[in-house]
Parts: sequence; structure tokens; C-alpha cells
Amino acid sequence: MAGLGGRMSTVFKAKISKMLDRAEDPSETLDYGYQKQVELLQNVKKGIADVTTSKKRLQMQSQKLEQSVVKLDTQARQALSQGREDLARAALERKTLAQTELQSLDTQVKQLEDQQQQLTDNEKKLRVKIEAFRTKKEVIKAQYSAAEAQVKISEAANGVGEEMADLGLAIQRAEDKTEEMRARAGAVEELEAAGTFDDLTQLGGGQDDIDRELASLGAGAQVDDELAAMKAELGPGSGGDSPQLEGGEESR
Amino acid sequence: MIVRIAGEGQFRLPDSDAQRLNELDNRAVTAAEQGDETGFQELWNQMLALVETDGEVVADDELVESDVILPPRDVTFAEAQGEFTGDGLIPD
Repeated sequence: MAGLGGRMSTVFKAKISKMLDRAEDPSETLDYGYQKQVELLQNVKKGIADVTTSKKRLQMQSQKLEQSVVKLDTQARQALSQGREDLARAALERKTLAQTELQSLDTQVKQLEDQQQQLTDNEKKLRVKIEAFRTKKEVIKAQYSAAEAQVKISEAANGVGEEMADLGLAIQRAEDKTEEMRARAGAVEELEAAGTFDDLTQLGGGQDDIDRELASLGAGAQVDDELAAMKAELGPGSGGDSPQLEGGEESR
Repeated sequence: MIVRIAGEGQFRLPDSDAQRLNELDNRAVTAAEQGDETGFQELWNQMLALVETDGEVVADDELVESDVILPPRDVTFAEAQGEFTGDGLIPD
């Protein structure tokens, strides 16, 4: 068992065997062993909870990206209806980028979800093993001599220890996966900070060139409208040279 | 013989399977060492299939240590290159 054998005998297993060597009295070892297992089970639960928290954070980010996609699509339509194909194109480019990020994020969240399910199942299995150990230790205490009990309990504890080590490894893998995802999520956050997925017409801080251009375009249209309305109020005297006066533009 | 697939659980296999599993394991080691990903994947699937076909799931309340621990089912080739080296999972 070259590589994995080594990895399996990390934290949990080492702890179990050390604890078994400690006490001379088998009964004491048994009770201490069981108590230790219950403690370790708590760690396992915490590990699973960490993975779940990370997954939720990533899901929230995924939702934000979804909103960006909708927003950018609306922006593209707005820009196009104002005859600004260049802006519409820019918005659609951002939308595509957001969609790509969203897709890979969703795939990874799904993978993590599967892992989380498996961890939860295995945690249940471990709990059954620990319970079996509890029962077994009473039998061993009652039926065996000290020397025999030592052997029996080693076997049983190693069985539980291996299960714990395995679950510990699975949690480690899930956390590594979460790390990878967090790195990707970090990249998405940077893009967001750079205004890549921003609302194109949003006023205020964090605007880029396209935001400003579209905003000024909106302002420009408003000025045109107001101008047209004013011209209509003033009457035919100043209207002849402006096409906007015709066709009821003032009602816009 | 008790075999664990990491992250899944333990299986009880007839001892006669040990040789077959060891043979597959040794070939997987060679494939991993030679960087033959396709070959490795093929052998890895055969190992998993052998354990699933011949193995009986060990009950949750049974406390036994495994004779062999296989990596997780979704082990990547890069990970495998770290695991399946030298004597492989089952030392000769």
C-alpha cells in the first residue's frame, strides 16, 4: 500500500493507536477509546459543516452572476433600441463572459453537492461503527482476560480508526475542491470589481467608459426630448428647422 | 480479504481474488509510471469492477481493518501517479 496507505494513516488513525497504547487497564482503554471516537465524530461533523458553508457562499455568487446576465441582456436591448450597436455588442460580450463563468461555477457547485451528500452518508456509517464499538467494548470487558481484551480491542478500534481516517480523507478532498472553487470565485469577484458585469446605465461609482457613454447618451436623448417639447410650446416661430417637432415628439 | 474503496466503504472479497487484483494493480502502476492515462483508466475501471462484482459490502456495524485500500473512485490521473508507484497498492 504505497501512497494511499501512507495518507490514510494520518491524523485519525495515529491518534487512535496512540490512545490505545496509553492505558494499561483494558477497561479504561475501552472507555477512553469510545470517548475519543465520539470527540472525533464531532470534528468530522464540523468538517462537513465547513464544506456546506463554502458551497452556500458559492451558490450566492452564482445567483449574483445570474442577475448580471439578465441585467446585461436588458442593457444590450436598451443600447440597440437607441441605435448604439457598439454598446449592445459590449454588453453582450460581458453577458457571454458572465454566462461562461456561471456555467463552470454551477458545475463545480454540483460536484461539491455530490461530495457533501457522500460525506453525510459516510458520517452516518461512522456513527453506526462507533455505536458498534460501544456495544463491543462491554462484551470485551465482560468476557475476556486483560491480554485477550487488548488484542480484541485493537482490532475493533482499528476498524473504527480506518473508517475515521477514510472520512477524514474524503473531507480533505472536498475542502481541496472548495479551495479550487474559491480561487475561481475570486477571479469572478475581480471581474465584478472591475465593472465587467455591471449595470451599464448605473450612475455613481465604479463606472467604466461604456457606462458613462451610455449614461450620457441617455442624458442626450432627454435633452433632445426637452428641447423638442420646448420648441412645441413656443410654437411655429422656431419649429421649421427641426424634424423633431413633427410627429408628436413632445409626448415622449 | 477486505478491500476498501476510499470514500465509499469496505468490501469482502474471496482470497482468490487477491492475485487478480494484484496483477491489475501492478499493470496500473506501470501505466501510471509511463504516463499512459488511457491504459491506466482502463485498468482502474477493471479493478473497481472486480471489487464490485466479487465483493460483498461489509456491514456498517462490523469493525474490521482493510487489507487493501484503493483510492477514491474519481481519483485523477495526476493523483494516481502519486499513489500507484513502486509496489503499487499491494506490495509484492
